[in-house]
Amino acid sequence: MRVGICGGGPAGLYLAVLLRRAGHEIVLRERNPPGVTYGWGVVFSDESLAELRDADYETYLRIDEALVRWSSIDVHYGGELIRSTGHGFAAIARTTLLRLLAERAAALGADVAFSAPVSEADPLAPFAGCDLVVAADGVRSPVRSAHPGLFRPTFSPTASKYVWFGADFALPVFTFIFNPTAQGLFQVHSYPYDAHRSTFIVECSEAAWRSAGLDTMTEADSLAFCQSLFDPWLSGHRLLSNESVWRTFETVRNRSWHGRVGEQDVVLVGDAAHTAHFSIGSGTRLALDDAIALAKAFVAEPGDRAAALAAYEGERQPVVERFQEVATDSARYFESVGRYLGFAPEPFAFNLLTRSGRIGHGNLTARDPVLVNRVDRRFAGAGPDRIVVPPPLLTPLPLAAGCTVGNRVVVAPGTLDAASADGMPGEAHAAALLDGAATGAGLVVTEEVAPTPDGRVTSGSPGLWNDEQAQAWTKVAAAVHETGARLALRLTHAGRRGATMPRGRGLDRPLRSGGWRLLAPAALPYTARSRRPEPMERAARDAVRAAYADAAGRAARAGVDVLLLDMADGYLLASFLSPLANPGAGDDRAAYPLGVLAAVRAVWPADRPLAVRLVADDRFPGGLTAADGVVLARRLADAGADLVDVAAGHTVPEAGADYRRLFNAGLADRIRNEAGVAVIVGGHITRLDEVNTILAAGRADLCRLDPSRYRRRGALP
Amino acid sequence: MRIGVGLPTSTPAVGGGHRGPELLSWAARAEGGPFTSLGVIDRLAYDCTDPLVALAAAAAVTTRLRLATMVVIGPIRPAAVLAAQAASLDALSGGRLTLGVSLGARPDDYDAAGASWRGRGRHLSDELAAMRDIWEGTSVGPRPASPGGPDLLVGGGSGAAFLRAARYADGYVHGGGPPRAFASAAERARAAWADAGRPGQPQLWGQSYFSLADPEAGAAYLRRYYAFTGPFAERVAAGLLDSPKAVREQVAGYAEAGCDELVLLPATSDPSEVDRLADAVA
Repeated sequence: MRVGICGGGPAGLYLAVLLRRAGHEIVLRERNPPGVTYGWGVVFSDESLAELRDADYETYLRIDEALVRWSSIDVHYGGELIRSTGHGFAAIARTTLLRLLAERAAALGADVAFSAPVSEADPLAPFAGCDLVVAADGVRSPVRSAHPGLFRPTFSPTASKYVWFGADFALPVFTFIFNPTAQGLFQVHSYPYDAHRSTFIVECSEAAWRSAGLDTMTEADSLAFCQSLFDPWLSGHRLLSNESVWRTFETVRNRSWHGRVGEQDVVLVGDAAHTAHFSIGSGTRLALDDAIALAKAFVAEPGDRAAALAAYEGERQPVVERFQEVATDSARYFESVGRYLGFAPEPFAFNLLTRSGRIGHGNLTARDPVLVNRVDRRFAGAGPDRIVVPPPLLTPLPLAAGCTVGNRVVVAPGTLDAASADGMPGEAHAAALLDGAATGAGLVVTEEVAPTPDGRVTSGSPGLWNDEQAQAWTKVAAAVHETGARLALRLTHAGRRGATMPRGRGLDRPLRSGGWRLLAPAALPYTARSRRPEPMERAARDAVRAAYADAAGRAARAGVDVLLLDMADGYLLASFLSPLANPGAGDDRAAYPLGVLAAVRAVWPADRPLAVRLVADDRFPGGLTAADGVVLARRLADAGADLVDVAAGHTVPEAGADYRRLFNAGLADRIRNEAGVAVIVGGHITRLDEVNTILAAGRADLCRLDPSRYRRRGALP
Repeated sequence: MRIGVGLPTSTPAVGGGHRGPELLSWAARAEGGPFTSLGVIDRLAYDCTDPLVALAAAAAVTTRLRLATMVVIGPIRPAAVLAAQAASLDALSGGRLTLGVSLGARPDDYDAAGASWRGRGRHLSDELAAMRDIWEGTSVGPRPASPGGPDLLVGGGSGAAFLRAARYADGYVHGGGPPRAFASAAERARAAWADAGRPGQPQLWGQSYFSLADPEAGAAYLRRYYAFTGPFAERVAAGLLDSPKAVREQVAGYAEAGCDELVLLPATSDPSEVDRLADAVA
């Protein structure tokens, strides 16, 4: 096969080596002269080096000789240095890597030419007669740009600004520096790549960048600015510039990685195919892995280019997508790191190290038990003499003077819809909550319990509007207390989602008979099939508020430990909060829900925690955003809420989430650390290690396990 | 995990004639094999035997196999028509229908049906809610044999699809791929289920193509059938289970991922494929 390779970066050159070795004819053209490159060093992890060793041992040996290795990460934060050990990394100067690869390709007989002009209009022109053209021409790929319909690329910019500098000394290890200034926070990602040089990336928000005047500075002025900004850490060494201009990072994705142009197959590799935020340091690794996968595909499918290209794309696309997700999480961390500047050094460093989800409490313990012990010790408030330090999830949490939960795990066995027609909870409720408590969770939460008969979600929803019901809940609470767990009662007026059939065959199916009037801030039905609710006038609002307070009083007398006031999931109070359900409210939409909170707080014992389940983001156009959620959470805390259970979506039926692992964790983190309230997070948390990680990183205070983790099939309806 | 087998409703007919007798032969052989269901797929602007008609024929020559659509394209059929057809099929098969429904991926199916491609997501949600109401009521179609109507499954890979399954259906049906792709979708289906406050767990169904006697013919069929997806067709063809070992590995992988029922869809029409598959999974 005759293969044209457009671009002499790491992916192109390495592919030239691998395909040439397999006997293919190679024509590689690079527009820049040899030795010209705009990066400094590139990073490899241990596992990526293992891939290189298996793919071409000769190249691996030469790269290995030129590598600088380290196994620690330094975090400079708040005047302290936290060092985390056990992270195997290596780096090499980009120019050295390219030289080694070019020499090896040439030695194998590849036709490699530098300073070869590229026509933007027809970048495939130099490769006439090739069966396959590989676009290894970088993030601005001329080949991809000339054939956008073939690859269908998308570009997602991040909010931060960054610049790549070099430094004229070798840092000891990978180094993060967080430097809050009057203009904003500036952070550094840096690492040594040979005995005398380091890569030194400076990153900041666009606001800080403008505030510091960097938007109008020359390259030399911006270098001088950063030099002086990081002088205390550079200790006399110099930053180096090489086309070091401030940029915005863009994540490149392509729907398809290969296609046909005339008689030629064209395939993307490296940055042309994908980029992943620099903060996970994987761009070169992904590029080299692409080259390895593509070369392997031609070995596995000799003589069938279509099958080989499909196999390459099938192999690489899911891997790259996973890296891009991880990198996006990492980028988001750095965009919002300002909210963690109040953290103590240990949790700050732990949060940084676990930002992308690749490292958690468990595997960081394997790498660096000393640091994790310091983190856990601080989390538990354990003094230096204490040898036995619990992991975060087993650390008790005092929620109020009279109520400490024994551990950080929450379970909500979920809906039963098994109450009698008069809203009496029965044996099934006690059994489900005891099943939940049997998991060992510190806090067990009921399904929706209505403060009034017409506040029920379904005909099987339990209530708390009379003393018989209170009696039944008293028994439930006593049984849960026997297990050592605390009981939270979720107090929900269903609002416009009320009067529905039990949820075994679907949600929001209006009762055909025996329904009741629905209340809402506006006369908007929840779905097209839902009954139209009555807009609540003053008298109705007063009555429902009083009913909430009465129910709270009964819950207190029943021995409930935590009252969870429901302002989520499209139920009554959530529909007041959201413009989607309460469009006409000119004044403050939160006024009525806050009034209910105040009435409940007045009745609920001061030494018991009052929690609010809050819709912190409608996840729907025109609805509440996370920024609104932060403001609301602050107001709830000011009005006496001790804890916010962070929820999202369901204000309208079409508003869901992506339902990926930990899909509410980012929102809960933002609410906790921007509003300064204690939070419960749920949303597909299934592993205890995830719980430990979320807690130790300061992203939430309590974690609700996904019911699939503990709800045995058939054990609960 | 239960294992089902697909009916050859869109593969080229044996001998180039009409698809017909071999469907019945196929169904009868499956009834005698280690399978629990017969599955069908759906395309309108293609040479594809109507999925509900094919299942009705299969119902006549089987007694125990569940009859599953993997899936029917919902919005190209009026809700009342699909509900009545499904209720009829459920009734005449003695309650054996499982109705998988999704959006489909091709505008030309919508054009051929005169249905609107725009707004199809909301249309499907409405249709799912309407069908359940129809099955429980008395105004449209016959009474289904299954109480409250057949089980509904929803397919698709977006957050909206998982939400739709959680809001309106009894479970989720995956569109095919390696076990890790199924596992990831199944996790999201469970997560959406819990987030929506549904009791219990969703049913989780998977599907894969197989072709044991003539894998090349099978791969060629898949390339043709999925040609509209562009390069993705090659990936589907690459995922074809072309040996007993590949079938067994896929079965083991899906079982481990928590699949309730994996339906193995044919990529050729030869009825002896049923016996080969039976041997492979036995």
